[in-house]
Amino acid sequence: MKSLESWGRYPQVEQRTHSLVWRTDNLPREGTPLLPHGLGRSYGDSCLNAGGTLLLTSGLDRFISFDPSTGVVRCEAGVTLDMILRLAAPRGWFLPVTPGTKFVTVGGAIANDVHGKNHHRGGTFGRYVRRFELLRSDGSRRVCAPDENPDWYGATIGGLGLTGLVTWAEVQLKPISNPYVLQETVPFGNLDEFLVVARESEKDYEFTMAWVDCLARGKKVGRGLLYRGNFAPPQFDGLPLAKSHLSHGIGLAVPMDMPAFCLNRLSVSAFNWLYYHRQNGKPTQRLTHYDPFFYPLDAIYAWNRIYGKRGFLQFQCVVPYDTARDALKEILERSSRGGLPSFLSVLKTFGDIPSPGWMSFPRQGVTLAMDFANRGEKTWRLVEELDRLTREAGGAVYPAKDARMSPESFAAYFPRHAEFARYLDPGFSSSFWRRVNPVSLPFSLEAERGVAAAQPQSLLAIR
Amino acid sequence: MKKVIVLGATSAIAQATVRLLAARGASLYLVGRNAANLEAVAKDAATRGAAKVESQAVDLNDFNAHEGLVDAAYTELGGLDGVVLAHGVLGDQAEAQKSWEATEAVLRTNFLSAVSLLTVLANRFEAQKAGTIVVISSVAGDRGRQSNYVYGASKGALNVFLQGLRNRLAKSGVAVVTVKPGFVDTPMTAHLPKNKLFASPDKVARGLLSAADARKNEVYVPGIWALIMLIIRTIPEAMFKRMKL
Repeated sequence: MKSLESWGRYPQVEQRTHSLVWRTDNLPREGTPLLPHGLGRSYGDSCLNAGGTLLLTSGLDRFISFDPSTGVVRCEAGVTLDMILRLAAPRGWFLPVTPGTKFVTVGGAIANDVHGKNHHRGGTFGRYVRRFELLRSDGSRRVCAPDENPDWYGATIGGLGLTGLVTWAEVQLKPISNPYVLQETVPFGNLDEFLVVARESEKDYEFTMAWVDCLARGKKVGRGLLYRGNFAPPQFDGLPLAKSHLSHGIGLAVPMDMPAFCLNRLSVSAFNWLYYHRQNGKPTQRLTHYDPFFYPLDAIYAWNRIYGKRGFLQFQCVVPYDTARDALKEILERSSRGGLPSFLSVLKTFGDIPSPGWMSFPRQGVTLAMDFANRGEKTWRLVEELDRLTREAGGAVYPAKDARMSPESFAAYFPRHAEFARYLDPGFSSSFWRRVNPVSLPFSLEAERGVAAAQPQSLLAIR
Repeated sequence: MKKVIVLGATSAIAQATVRLLAARGASLYLVGRNAANLEAVAKDAATRGAAKVESQAVDLNDFNAHEGLVDAAYTELGGLDGVVLAHGVLGDQAEAQKSWEATEAVLRTNFLSAVSLLTVLANRFEAQKAGTIVVISSVAGDRGRQSNYVYGASKGALNVFLQGLRNRLAKSGVAVVTVKPGFVDTPMTAHLPKNKLFASPDKVARGLLSAADARKNEVYVPGIWALIMLIIRTIPEAMFKRMKL
């Protein structure tokens, strides 16, 4: 038994591991539920499998083909977005959608149907997955694409690794002229201003996201900085590093678990104040390499360790526009009151481009991501409260960042969960899945109720 | 090394080496036993920038195939200037103690097949008066220990063979590089508990290539093993034989 962690380092569970080496190999017969595990960048328990076996995909890291004329890359599921960038960026291709870290695997990006700063323009990662192979625990292999096994394709994108193992995938990249981004930073004074600036920016900017000051209160609730940008036009092609995939070779690392006292209300407060006032309240424009623009936190290796041994809880929700203002205000106020505020909080608008994935999280509205140092019961209750507020606002919480959502919330957020459940691999499961489906009876509840009417004691007898 | 034959190309260290060579734009002739796995490695190398990738699935314990294999590599790549010999098995010491067949299997793969291949390749390189021969051996060949002396003997014998070959080929301008990795985190050692001394295949591959570039003779990778093995070799036999190693 090994204790492998998720990125939030909460919860901590014991599980076995099995390293995958070749994409043509069959799955191991362990006798316990399996779950593919890439780089473990999911924050909560969706990449954990307490008492089961994690299939480590880091050995499935081979490319199969790359066509520099079309930008189609085919690779094994353990290939990371970083590897794709190293291969493709110098040849003029970029990821069509990228999350805030390049240290995720292609398999993980599919299983969580990840999104990025361009959701309003490009939708989710799953839209660019042309096809993939799904290996099931019964040994069957299916190539899945929009026009080939479309049901398996839809169930697996955003399917949290539960429909089987993706062995390889083919992704359509998008062309870039150079690796630079023209970035503008616009301060906003509160949530209403954010909504105006964000909607306005969607028209002219491919990438938008905002950092929000979680400690601001009263009329300043929701103040922050909006970053917007586009890839630089061809006149910037001649700059140094134009053929490089990296702007800085030297990263920082958090060398050890930071003790809890490093992160208190005062330090969070100071960080947020400095961050906001660095801007002097005026929009600023600059040219930057894509690396610091998309992946600022990747420069600090293992940044999750600043939260110490007990880890932290992430919370990311999306709420529809008609309830966004009130719900987000309530959520921000609740979290700034609730003991320890969020160190880094991000706001972003999602567009209406649908994902092929049935269980995909992004949907039209405003999304807010926050992280909370794990202080036990108090933090869990706060996150559960935020989950409830999200549900009441008709929104959804992101499974990849969740450790506390209730089964009722899960069912409400993902209306196609029952259809999805028919595509689960019977040999696969995860800690997350068992948490949001606490009782998995071998028959449907409706049928059970029908029987119960005739024989009242049958429910007890079943147990 | 621009035109390289890689023997045992599906082993973890060889795969990592192939990636680095591919990124340099080398031409590669990959040899391994399992055709499907070999194809996975070949496609990866081609995608990562190798000038040319050819492969042949063959069991290197079939010594009769060696001459033809080297011929094919010369023909396909239009010559060879590098060899990375990486095939080998760890074997099971307990099994080998009970059965000569198990012992022989380890010696055949790790020592005899390497000698057979190197006999063909060394003659070609000696005649062309150029080239670099890199052979992956092991720290286990430095001293026999009860826990893995059959594997160790196969690598120790290989080390002595390579010393002689190096001595012979020095005047022809052919480099013979013996690479001795310590513990490496590969499928070969998947069953062993890991500690800080385990290195990644990528780290070993980088050490291997920089040794090849510098045409070194014998290298330990990572370098810390030079010190560890110096200590292991220095212990007097009278004391060593009583130790549990």
